[in-house]
Amino acid sequence: MESVTPPILEFNKTCVSYTKQTMAVKYVSAAIDKNTITAIMGPSGCGKSTLLRAVNLMHNLYPNIRVDGEILLNGENILSMEPIDVRRRVGMVFQRPAPFPTMSIYDNVLSGYVLNGIRLSKTEKDETVERCLKSVALWDEVNDVLNKKGTFLSGGQQQRLCIARALAMKPDVLLMDEPTSALDPIATAHIEELMQELQNEVTILIVTHNMGQAMRISSKSMFMYLGELVEYGDTATMFSNPSDERTKAYLTGKMG
Amino acid sequence: MDKRKIRNRLAKDNALLWAVCILATLTAVPLFAILGEVFLRGYDQLSWTFFTEPTPTAYKAMVAIEAGNSIPGGIANGIIGTMIMLGMAVVVAVPIGILCGAFLAENPKNRFAQMVSYLTDLLQGTPSVIIGIVVYIWVVVPMKGYSAIAGSVALVIMMLPLIIRSTEETLKILPASLKEAGLALGGNRARVMLKVQLPAAFGGIFTGVLLAISRVIGETAPLMFTALGCSFIRFTIDKPISAVPLLIWEFFNDPNLQELIWGASLFLLLFVLTLNLTAKYLAKKWNQ
Ligand SMILES: Nc1ncnc2c1ncn2[C@@H]1O[C@H](COP(=O)(O)OP(=O)(O)O)[C@@H](O)[C@H]1O
Ligand SMILES: [Mg+2]
Repeated sequence: MESVTPPILEFNKTCVSYTKQTMAVKYVSAAIDKNTITAIMGPSGCGKSTLLRAVNLMHNLYPNIRVDGEILLNGENILSMEPIDVRRRVGMVFQRPAPFPTMSIYDNVLSGYVLNGIRLSKTEKDETVERCLKSVALWDEVNDVLNKKGTFLSGGQQQRLCIARALAMKPDVLLMDEPTSALDPIATAHIEELMQELQNEVTILIVTHNMGQAMRISSKSMFMYLGELVEYGDTATMFSNPSDERTKAYLTGKMG
Repeated sequence: MDKRKIRNRLAKDNALLWAVCILATLTAVPLFAILGEVFLRGYDQLSWTFFTEPTPTAYKAMVAIEAGNSIPGGIANGIIGTMIMLGMAVVVAVPIGILCGAFLAENPKNRFAQMVSYLTDLLQGTPSVIIGIVVYIWVVVPMKGYSAIAGSVALVIMMLPLIIRSTEETLKILPASLKEAGLALGGNRARVMLKVQLPAAFGGIFTGVLLAISRVIGETAPLMFTALGCSFIRFTIDKPISAVPLLIWEFFNDPNLQELIWGASLFLLLFVLTLNLTAKYLAKKWNQ
């Protein structure tokens, strides 16, 4: 037998429902390899965000939402794990950049430690801030204004700060929900470049509306439609030769 | 035909505008009348000693009046009593109120929270004189005497609903993304509340505290049952103590001291106005 690294993340008949009558995500099964970028595409309202938010147990915050099936992180079902343990290992970047408005840039980067009650020495703090801001290519732009509020930065810088904040916790998986949809093309290009570099450290799952973006950055792609995972495979293959009619219709712009 | 209709409508609009302006002015009249009355009668009493000297005895006041002098002394005992009781009340009411408000904002569906919320409304509507008599039974009787402690318990009870509500409302209008971002980093709910949500809500909560202070600083009835009053300056918290509104009531009842009413009233009015304007300004600034 050849040795294959097991997938870092595996959906196994994952279902999510907001109400009793309807399912927003229906029986999604897919395995995601370590240190890859996987794009999740599909028309608006098809359940992309819902699927993504299942991975860091965001749905647990709302008692009416049901999540069924399994989601395995390194072989362990996260649905029966403590949300806090899961969220430390699975970072998230939201659609709208949301640095904590009362914290400085410096404190924003370290906020994960504060929120987890982990104390760092001053040198550890300085090192972490520098390393994380460098890894999101923000260090040169902000190293002289670290004590300013994060909300003073431009939208693209704020989003990179949010990525730095997530990376500071050294997550295994990074979830990104349309992280560039609120940004201009230059900021978007910055973040795409950044994701390519981050691939060595972290496995990225990114929801995107932008097909060009999926093509540029991802190795695997999922196409979802009405809550189902219609197609999952190599990005290049999916774009050149989609196997499902619905995927084809979406990629050729015949569907919202 | 059409033109006449339009002209008609414009006339109606105009009439309405006038009516609104007149009504607005009418409501402003009593406010300015009160301000003017208190200011005109009170401002020449405001001097340095008015704030540093305690209330004069009726006899001293009478002698001064007979001699044609202005009444000596001031309201320092009241100011200090008010500050001591307010200070203690704020220290107790702010943390409890914020805790309750956070609990209500985070658990809107919880049975216990709904009960607390209902009680908060009830408390807010309770006449202050009743709060005074209840605190009398709860604190003054067991302690065998009136005290600053009893007074501040009454103030705490009156401030709580305001602080609870302003905390709850401010937390509820924060974007959900803020809390989610905190939890997504692995924080537990208490830490996210403490490090992310409450700091972001600081402006609204602070405004609420200022308004709560300005709401209770003029309360007289509950202090009559609890703090009682005292004619000299004292800093002890287990003895009867004075307060500015109590002094106004005492001055009213003593023909020799009646002139002091206006200075004390002006002080209280200016204090409350300043607090209110500061609260308004801060609320505007933080909401931008
Ligand atoms: N909080 C919610 N309550 C009820 N239904 C929701 C909620 N959030 C999303 N939905 C529904 O779930 C479906 C999937 O939504 P979502 O995952 O946000 O789609 P996408 O991110 O692909 O645009 C949609 O039909 C949407 O209306
Ligand atoms: Mg979405």
